[in-house]
Amino acid sequence: MDTATHQTQAGTPVPPPRPSAAGQKRAARGATHLGDRIFLGLSRGSGVLLLLIMAAIAVFLTYRASLAIGRDHGNFLTTFEWNTNQDPPVFGIAVLAYGTVVSSVIAMVLAVPVAVAIALFLTHYAPRRLSGPIAYVIDLLAAVPSIVYGLWGALILVPHMNGLFGWLDDHLGWTGIFSWEGGAPRSMLTVGILLAIMILPIVTNVSREVFRQVPRMHEEAALALGATRWEVIRMAVLPFGRSGVISASMLGLGRALGETMAVATVLSPTFDIKASLLDPGGGTFAQNIAGKFSEATEFGRDALIASGLVLFVITLLVNGAARMIIARRKEYSGAAA
Amino acid sequence: MAKRIDVSGLTAYYGSHKAIEDISMTIEPRSVTAFIGPSGCGKSTFLRTLNRMHEVTPGGRVEGKVLLDSEDLYGAGVDPVAVRREVGMVFQRPNPFPTMSIFDNVAAGLRLNGRYKKSELADIVEKSLRGANLWNEVKDRLHKPGAGLSGGQQQRLCIARAIAVEPKVLLMDEPCSALDPISTLAIEDLIGQLKQRFTIVIVTHNMQQAARVSDRTAFFNLAAVGKPGRLIEIDDTERIFSNPSVQATEDYISGRFG
Amino acid sequence: MSHAAIAGTRTERDRSSLHGARLPRWSPYAIALGAAALAVLVGTLAGLHSRIQWGLIAAALFVLGLYGASARVEGLRRAKDRLATSLVWAAFLLAVVPLVSLIWTTLTCGVKVLDVHFLTHSMGVVADTEPGGGIYHAIVGSLQQVGLATLIGAPIGVLTAIYLVEYGRGRLARAVTFFVDVMTGIPSIVAGLFILSLMLILKMQPFGFAGSLALAILMMPVVVRSTEEMLKLVPNELREASLALGVPKWRTILKVVLPTSIGGITTGVVLAVARIAGETAPVMLLVFGNPFINNNPFEGAQASLPLYIYQQYANSAGSGAAYDRAWAASLTLIAFVMLLNLGARGIARWKAPRTGR
Repeated sequence: MDTATHQTQAGTPVPPPRPSAAGQKRAARGATHLGDRIFLGLSRGSGVLLLLIMAAIAVFLTYRASLAIGRDHGNFLTTFEWNTNQDPPVFGIAVLAYGTVVSSVIAMVLAVPVAVAIALFLTHYAPRRLSGPIAYVIDLLAAVPSIVYGLWGALILVPHMNGLFGWLDDHLGWTGIFSWEGGAPRSMLTVGILLAIMILPIVTNVSREVFRQVPRMHEEAALALGATRWEVIRMAVLPFGRSGVISASMLGLGRALGETMAVATVLSPTFDIKASLLDPGGGTFAQNIAGKFSEATEFGRDALIASGLVLFVITLLVNGAARMIIARRKEYSGAAA
Repeated sequence: MAKRIDVSGLTAYYGSHKAIEDISMTIEPRSVTAFIGPSGCGKSTFLRTLNRMHEVTPGGRVEGKVLLDSEDLYGAGVDPVAVRREVGMVFQRPNPFPTMSIFDNVAAGLRLNGRYKKSELADIVEKSLRGANLWNEVKDRLHKPGAGLSGGQQQRLCIARAIAVEPKVLLMDEPCSALDPISTLAIEDLIGQLKQRFTIVIVTHNMQQAARVSDRTAFFNLAAVGKPGRLIEIDDTERIFSNPSVQATEDYISGRFG
Repeated sequence: MSHAAIAGTRTERDRSSLHGARLPRWSPYAIALGAAALAVLVGTLAGLHSRIQWGLIAAALFVLGLYGASARVEGLRRAKDRLATSLVWAAFLLAVVPLVSLIWTTLTCGVKVLDVHFLTHSMGVVADTEPGGGIYHAIVGSLQQVGLATLIGAPIGVLTAIYLVEYGRGRLARAVTFFVDVMTGIPSIVAGLFILSLMLILKMQPFGFAGSLALAILMMPVVVRSTEEMLKLVPNELREASLALGVPKWRTILKVVLPTSIGGITTGVVLAVARIAGETAPVMLLVFGNPFINNNPFEGAQASLPLYIYQQYANSAGSGAAYDRAWAASLTLIAFVMLLNLGARGIARWKAPRTGR
């Protein structure tokens, strides 16, 4: 502990406090030592507490989940049912896993290209007088609570989806994915679109930050070769920003995977998997927890905790994958240079 | 196919700030012209007006004429992208594209301008790297990232990239200021060879360098702090360094100020 | 030179010229007009009612038309450049529509019932489907829960950041850094489930402070990250100067490092507060919601603003009065979050460390 106390930033050798405090009164010296100990204890304690919380989350979720899964009379991973109140209880996460992945993938497919385009718009296309305020507004939009997006989605977006759904059914209905039986458009596609709108500001913001950090000299190199604006972006901006855009997308994906309220307000959930993205039905982990929670018994809550544990693991995997991609990209792109 | 540059009455601004004022000069083809002068006198700004790079800085704008073999770069309907293909540029800090290999860096400008067969592209890349005296050092690692080279090699890579598209003029903005003396020497040798094929304009802080590499030298200065930079005189390098016609030039060269 | 000649024949008719053939300046406008006219024509002929469809057709026609014209006259490179420009603009305009709609709807629907009565009354005697009532109980609940969460989360977050930046070496620090990253990605509902699992074990009923705990967990990693950034901005010379004077490390941190970065740290904390203030899911699981005023966060179910919005929407069977209240509460919540954001920016600007770059 003492060595840690006397270590300084960046390993710069600095005389340890004790000798230099030699001239001070003995009492002061004692207090100094004590102060350092208390302070280090507090700050290190906070760090340790954080680790303990993480461990506790894993342990307690696993414990409660095991209570529920142990009594599950279906297969927890493959059952298309969520009946925790009947005897014997049967429940499984297949539908939820499918819905969570599908809605998030739709959100990513829609949001990431648009977000990258807006980020480019703000950094390379918009007049300066415009881009500042717009960036500011997008910053604020990223802070709008998801429940507000949910309310807007349910009351404004859903009624406006009828036109799009009819059009998709007419022209792409033969694919099966875009067929529509005419129910209220509270389906996976609507959820995906709402999630896309929701994560758009955050993905845009991070991407914009990344594009702004592209060194001027790389862009000038491309310009001096006689590149058009788009060619400058392709040669200098996008390659440099790739890892940053990936991490921004993963941030957005994390939000989409775990989003509760925006999905709960928009989706009419059913416990089956629909081939069509337009017909209402399906569910996500978070939405299912919010929807089933209020009428769940203690056992039902444990079952929901079990599904939450799966969501937790999925988000951990996504984050880990993002980190790995970024680490590898950095290595080979020399972006740090 | 080097071309002559005729500048007349050129003034450049950053927003409302006038950076250089009323500059006129002629730059001969197949020669090296050096710009010298104290910091902030606008020589780099002037250089960047010669390929319309000045206007990419926010607020940058230009008045006056720059004729490239009698064609005005700032005339109506002139495409700045086309200008920059004719007038190449090498920057102060070596700036190879960090995500591209050595080969791709050299080929970058070519790929913009059209489709080439693989063998054709390889030929031009080799020729350009040879032209930049870099071929022997990198021929075994053409597909490694350009960022892995030393500073001097990176700068020569940038020169290879610039000459690969066969510009008529090559602008160099203090190309050696970030390099060690040995790399500097290599670049200076290279400039001597390149002037057989290109019109070369080089901005330098180093007067010995100007004396070593250039045929003609232009001296820029500020009338006072905050005033725009001006061209004081341009003449054969030998004259400028032995017997300049303006007192200020002599003061600067003999180290009395600047 | 030989290859330049080859390239010349392939790409440009007249390479010696700096005047590439270019579309006249007015052509994008002309094409836009033409596209709009054509879209109207197609729209009426095909009997499309939706104005949105007309707009989309016009936009598609414009992008294609400009690309085609440019490709013919100016060549493929410039056409691609123009295409990219159109698409970037289109993406921006496309995204503006929903985001503006969101703000606009919240504003216009929110002001309908938002008045002093609304802010000072609860839903205690008002059925969810009836008009009247307000959000006083929800504001009280939100302020208490978020306040308590901040009291727990902010100090732990700041201290952890101090540990990482000022003391952090070795395996423990690396582990903390890693798990802070992991924690940033925890979905809010999972944090809620964690506290729920504790409550199930302890056989507890919902109460406000349980929500605070979950919110504090969500807040900590955000505070750690932002504080870390700020502490790293403090130049090492300052620390060394102080240490060299014989000032003990803890006093150096308290008297030199923290005051230098206090503006940025506060900004980070305020932004984290703004983020958790809008969290609904954990509150729903742990605090449960309550139409009555409950001033005690340590006992009994409480309301909260985001949860109130959800419940007004979900429990009201399509009642217009409930929707109005939901919008008004949304407006209040957004206003609160925006004020925090603006305040944070104000602090950041006011207390920006003058490192003199």
